Amino acid sequence: MSRLNEANIKTALEIIARYPRPKSALIPLLHLAQEQNGYVTNEAMVHLGELVGVTSAEVYGTATFYEMFRFEPVGKYLVNICGTMSCALMGAGDLMHHAEQKLGVKAGGTTADGMFTLAHAECQAACTEAPTLQVNYRFRYKVTNGDFDTLIDDLKNGKLADEIPAHGVVARIRQRIPADRGVGAVAPELVTENPAWMDGKAAL
Amino acid sequence: MTTVDSNTTAPEPVVDPNAVSVTINGKVVAARKGEMIIAAADRTDDFIPRFCYHPRMEPVGMCRQCLVEVVGPRGPMMVVSCMTPVAEGQVVNTETEGVKKAQEGVLELLLANHPLDCPVCDKGGECPLQDQAFSHGPGESRFVEEKRHYEKPIAISDNVYLDRERCILCDRCTRFADEVAGDALISFTSRGNNTQVMTFPDEPFSSYFSGNTVQICPVGALTAKPYRFKARPWDIEHVESTCTTCSVGCRTVVQSSRDELVRYQGVDSQPVNWGWLCDKGRFNFESINSKDRLLTPLIKDASGNLSATSWSVAIDSAARMLRTALTVSPQSVAIIGGARGTNEDAFAWAQLANALGVDSRDSQLADGLPPQVFSLPQATIADIDTAKTIILLAPDLKEELPVLYLRVRHAAEKRTGRVVEVSPRATGLAGKAWKKVHVEPGKTAAALRALATDAAFMAQVASGSVVVIVGRMNLAESEESVVHALAEVLHLAPQATVLPVLRRGNVRGSITAGLTPRNGGKSTAEILEAASAGKIECLVLLGADPLSDVPDADLARRGLSGARNIIAIDTFITQSSATADIVLPAAAYGEKEGTTTNLEGRISNVAQSITPVGTSRPDWMIAVELGTATLHELGFTSYGEVHAAMISRVSEFAPAADTHAVEHDGVIIAHPSPITLTRADGASNERNSYDYRAVVSRKLYDKAIGTAKSPSLVSLAPSAAVIVNPLDVPRIGAQVGESVRVTSQRATLVLSLQESVDVLRGTAWLPINLGGSDVRELLDVSKDVIDLKIEKMS
Repeated sequence: MSRLNEANIKTALEIIARYPRPKSALIPLLHLAQEQNGYVTNEAMVHLGELVGVTSAEVYGTATFYEMFRFEPVGKYLVNICGTMSCALMGAGDLMHHAEQKLGVKAGGTTADGMFTLAHAECQAACTEAPTLQVNYRFRYKVTNGDFDTLIDDLKNGKLADEIPAHGVVARIRQRIPADRGVGAVAPELVTENPAWMDGKAAL
Repeated sequence: MTTVDSNTTAPEPVVDPNAVSVTINGKVVAARKGEMIIAAADRTDDFIPRFCYHPRMEPVGMCRQCLVEVVGPRGPMMVVSCMTPVAEGQVVNTETEGVKKAQEGVLELLLANHPLDCPVCDKGGECPLQDQAFSHGPGESRFVEEKRHYEKPIAISDNVYLDRERCILCDRCTRFADEVAGDALISFTSRGNNTQVMTFPDEPFSSYFSGNTVQICPVGALTAKPYRFKARPWDIEHVESTCTTCSVGCRTVVQSSRDELVRYQGVDSQPVNWGWLCDKGRFNFESINSKDRLLTPLIKDASGNLSATSWSVAIDSAARMLRTALTVSPQSVAIIGGARGTNEDAFAWAQLANALGVDSRDSQLADGLPPQVFSLPQATIADIDTAKTIILLAPDLKEELPVLYLRVRHAAEKRTGRVVEVSPRATGLAGKAWKKVHVEPGKTAAALRALATDAAFMAQVASGSVVVIVGRMNLAESEESVVHALAEVLHLAPQATVLPVLRRGNVRGSITAGLTPRNGGKSTAEILEAASAGKIECLVLLGADPLSDVPDADLARRGLSGARNIIAIDTFITQSSATADIVLPAAAYGEKEGTTTNLEGRISNVAQSITPVGTSRPDWMIAVELGTATLHELGFTSYGEVHAAMISRVSEFAPAADTHAVEHDGVIIAHPSPITLTRADGASNERNSYDYRAVVSRKLYDKAIGTAKSPSLVSLAPSAAVIVNPLDVPRIGAQVGESVRVTSQRATLVLSLQESVDVLRGTAWLPINLGGSDVRELLDVSKDVIDLKIEKMS
């Protein structure tokens, strides 16, 4: 069973209620599913389709467009080492080689204990800090081999548990918008009046 | 001095506010506001190349092939003509050097990853990509790198194969699945260079309309299993015809190669099918090529087995049987069937029946509507597009008349009309319905009567035109109950027009031609009842199979065993024709010419494409021969003569004299003056001590001969089950999937228990004519409703 659990169904319904059309909630719901299981399971996609009223194929089509959604199990920590120009010049190749030695897996692989997935990444937009890597999308700059070993050991020992949550958790604090504080979004086809900022002027 | 008032200016010319005039390649073209440039250009001789644009779907601008120049204040500007609406005074050029360069560039890019395996591709020879690469392509590619590779082809459903290497991502199939069919089971997945059309993992593209995606695919990416590697386009003979699988009467092209049917393609007929077909109609040509077809007449020999004989012996024996029976009394002869043939077939048989004095003839198998429904003010299929309210008093259109379902769905989707669904269970259109009246069988009329106090409903029906689609929504409910319900609807909406939906291909034509009880003759149920009492000497089954089709198994069995002699005219040995004394092989669809009448009364042609198999003959020819052999010359001996006689003798068919129209969009039959229905107080129909009221209806794929003899369709039929509301399952005490005992006053069956929220509490839905236990055993056509007991097996 990797459909959404009871608590997440409640959260999902709350998220859906923010949008004028249920299917608009699909991306935040996919994050929710990935947070629950560490990756987006097929069962969860079927469940999301039921919740927002689209077919599983439509959920799948939307989800696979985004590379941050994973459809196969990944480690608790996804380590992305940048390999684009600046980082490559600053030794990202050696760092990747070292990382493979340290974790005992090739780039793209997951360690046997399910803790780490190592992956290549394209530019992470921190070229002044090369070489860079991300652990579950949290940055580490000017990474040396020694830094990498420390990082892995700290993660293993739970020293960074406060800073870096498990893969799939986008933010530790969930945004809660009670219905009475929502903007009351209305479906576009139901909008009959011009927006207030037009102040009575004719439509452009 | 007085002057004559000269203020007599000419009246203001009426200006159509939606008329737009544009100039395309120097020619002035009249267009409509909101129309796209490509649509306006299609009315000129200049062709704009395109792949993704399809006139029956929303434009998406996916392929960029239709680039043209629009002259603006800053000079010519390149736009995609399928996404750019026309504007007054717009100047469009589609054949300048700039356009040519742009279109060649797009084609070069589209071909970059395309495999160019045309010699082994089914689409080769009729491929828009191939054709337009020649007409609008650069001729050479600069792409020398390795092309993209995928496993090819992969099955995305039982009948549709996808070759992702050939796909150019035009979005036609995915748009069709979502927009037109409402089965968005395929979608673009991944992105960039990896974008591909794909289903959800392990969830096939099992749409009733999947074959249309193959037809509209502009490359060979989607192919249909029944046609793969069967023929090449240049070897195919095409004739335009009308599909008679159901009574929608979709226009098709029947294609044959080496005297064998190989494919049907939809033809875009504005009043009927807009180019779409259902998969059953598209792929059941396989049954006509079946090895099991009857090739020669059969006659029962001394030991009681059917054995082959000659036509002369068979006709002589059949004529003798008829004459012997007629000496007893003309009432002891009866004809059942005719709805599977052409108008001409039915007409010839009706003429034979008239000559012989046979009044008991019925082309409906106790599962239809009284012909008086045809005398109500009639609607056409196209009226659905303009109706403000569409009231469904009909079976599940998606299951029984799929292309009509598309039309109603379109109206609801585009908000041109609101759908009111009156049904004993949620049908395929429930999700599109503005109002749902789901009511237990036997209480429909009462529920409709109560709608008179529903202000929103009454305001809706009063707001404009109303089309009532009426048919047998439940075969376990009498036809009178449908008529009562219809009378109530017409009372609430007196301006409503009626679209009767009888499912069998030419049922309306055969009734119009005269294969319906007259002068107090018997209906099918009455014929079978009389036969079981030994009062039928000779029963003619004209392509009818009562043992499989009459929704009362016991009655059919008693009737066929009680009839002294049975003459069957059929294309296969069916359950019923196997019991006949003489079986005459009939020519099938595609093997004979004629006309057919669809559910709205539209007469259109059925074309001959191949030679009739074996010695089989069209039904009308058999009627003529039997007429001669019984000394009743019918007065026609060729197809042309039957057709002419039909037009002159049956006034409703007179419009069919317009041959050109009949061979294209068809003509509507002449209607008699309309009648009105009187309202009746239906019985209260309270449920008896049995727990569940039966709802019996058809699925698209069942054991019907056209599906059963088509290898590509036969496995799609589900097996029989009893389906109840999930909340009723605990009451039964059995698990879903378990076998349960279902008891009516007639019989007890063992069926698999299934659940569905589409089924009302207290009712049980039993799809008919599927593999496994025969649901018809539970039914009794003499009852208004059928109640069932469902019990856990001990």
